[in-house]
Amino acid sequence: MIAIVDYKCGNLFSLSRSLSFIGAEAVVTGDAELIRKCDKIILPGVGAFEAAAGKLKESGLDGVVCAEAARGKPLLGICLGMQLLCRVSYEFGTHKGLDLIPGEIVDIGGLIPPGRGLKIPHMGWNRLSFPAGREKSALFKYTPEGSYVYFVHSFAAASCGEAVIATTEYGAELTAAIAGGNVYGVQFHPEKSGTVGLGILRAFCEL
Amino acid sequence: MITKRIIPCLDVKDGMVVKGVNFKKLRDIASPVELACHYNDSGADELVFYDVAASVAGRKIFTDILSETASRVFIPLTVGGGINSPDDFERVLKCGADKVSVNTGAIKNPGLIAEAARIFGSQCVVLSVDVKLEGGRYYIFTAAGHVNTGLDALDYLKRGIDLGAGELVINSIDADGVKNGFDLPLLEKVCEFSTVPVIASGGAGSVRHFVDLLTGLPKVDAALAASVFHFGEISIGALKSELRANGVEVRL
Repeated sequence: MIAIVDYKCGNLFSLSRSLSFIGAEAVVTGDAELIRKCDKIILPGVGAFEAAAGKLKESGLDGVVCAEAARGKPLLGICLGMQLLCRVSYEFGTHKGLDLIPGEIVDIGGLIPPGRGLKIPHMGWNRLSFPAGREKSALFKYTPEGSYVYFVHSFAAASCGEAVIATTEYGAELTAAIAGGNVYGVQFHPEKSGTVGLGILRAFCEL
Repeated sequence: MITKRIIPCLDVKDGMVVKGVNFKKLRDIASPVELACHYNDSGADELVFYDVAASVAGRKIFTDILSETASRVFIPLTVGGGINSPDDFERVLKCGADKVSVNTGAIKNPGLIAEAARIFGSQCVVLSVDVKLEGGRYYIFTAAGHVNTGLDALDYLKRGIDLGAGELVINSIDADGVKNGFDLPLLEKVCEFSTVPVIASGGAGSVRHFVDLLTGLPKVDAALAASVFHFGEISIGALKSELRANGVEVRL
């Protein structure tokens, strides 16, 4: 059973339906005990970092998520959920993340070259590249290099070092996915990325 | 790099897909859920569901269809029609919509754009307009293209972006249903100032029209059409292959 952490931040309809679609058992829950009983955890999230981090803390589930991840349980952060896994975010201030994966969340505007007319948010379908010379992450075992996935974000993870497991090109190389041990994060929306996205969710379910 | 998006639009009334020709005569086409699955399989990048029902019962049928679609199709869904309040946003987002398109609701109350952007985020708020050229100026029209609001379209769109609209759908009444191609002069004007994605709508009749749009106006982000897809006149796969052959980046 997969726990989709419900901390009142975003719409979990598509995520839970996409997991049912691939035959995975998932439950949308904010109950700490139930999350502890599940064998995998997904941390979703949309909107602003500060508000989401605040809600997660308020719900008391931040500690549960970190403790379960420390026990080795596979954890997947999606979109803002991925950003929350990092150490710090500079989205309108300085805000602490869960610090499960190295990295800091910065404005895309500061990463891409000006004057090219690139719109922010980075919204739409873009291609995944996997770091050369390293083994592909298990999360992408069904995902060929160059597959398209759906992004919507104005901030991105930087300084993730070796934790980067996929990137995408948008004027600059942006972090598309990160991992550290049993903790994974994807900036894009696998639940909105068609069959490619379903393949990524399937790979997570099979970890 | 990010791809150009091809977006079929499904007008839904009483549980069926309809498409008006020049907005006037509505005809039934098919089950919206089946059609959505078909478009997903053939490579559509996103779908727009437009609720053209006027009744409370119609709204319920619509959200049921939306939920069913969002349980089988895992690409972005935009929903429009009858969106007048943040509660209306909530109603369709809960059923699997990712973005919500406002048209008349924003004309009646421009504050809706700002309020929805604050609650749900700009990425969720699509400002959709019906535009017609009259006496050398572009105006915003309502009531299926019958009523000129007197609002200057370009000023209105600029204000919409400032209020927090995250995307614009520009539907040309002059081009809609005539199948003579997209309204490039209008779209070019909008692209000159838009800092958010621009979706072209109205006028698609052939693959060439899409190629002309996306090669001629590289700042246009997406093309939306209905009848050419519904009637099978253009297959999305063949369209995207042709776009790629013409140097337009698409998801294949």
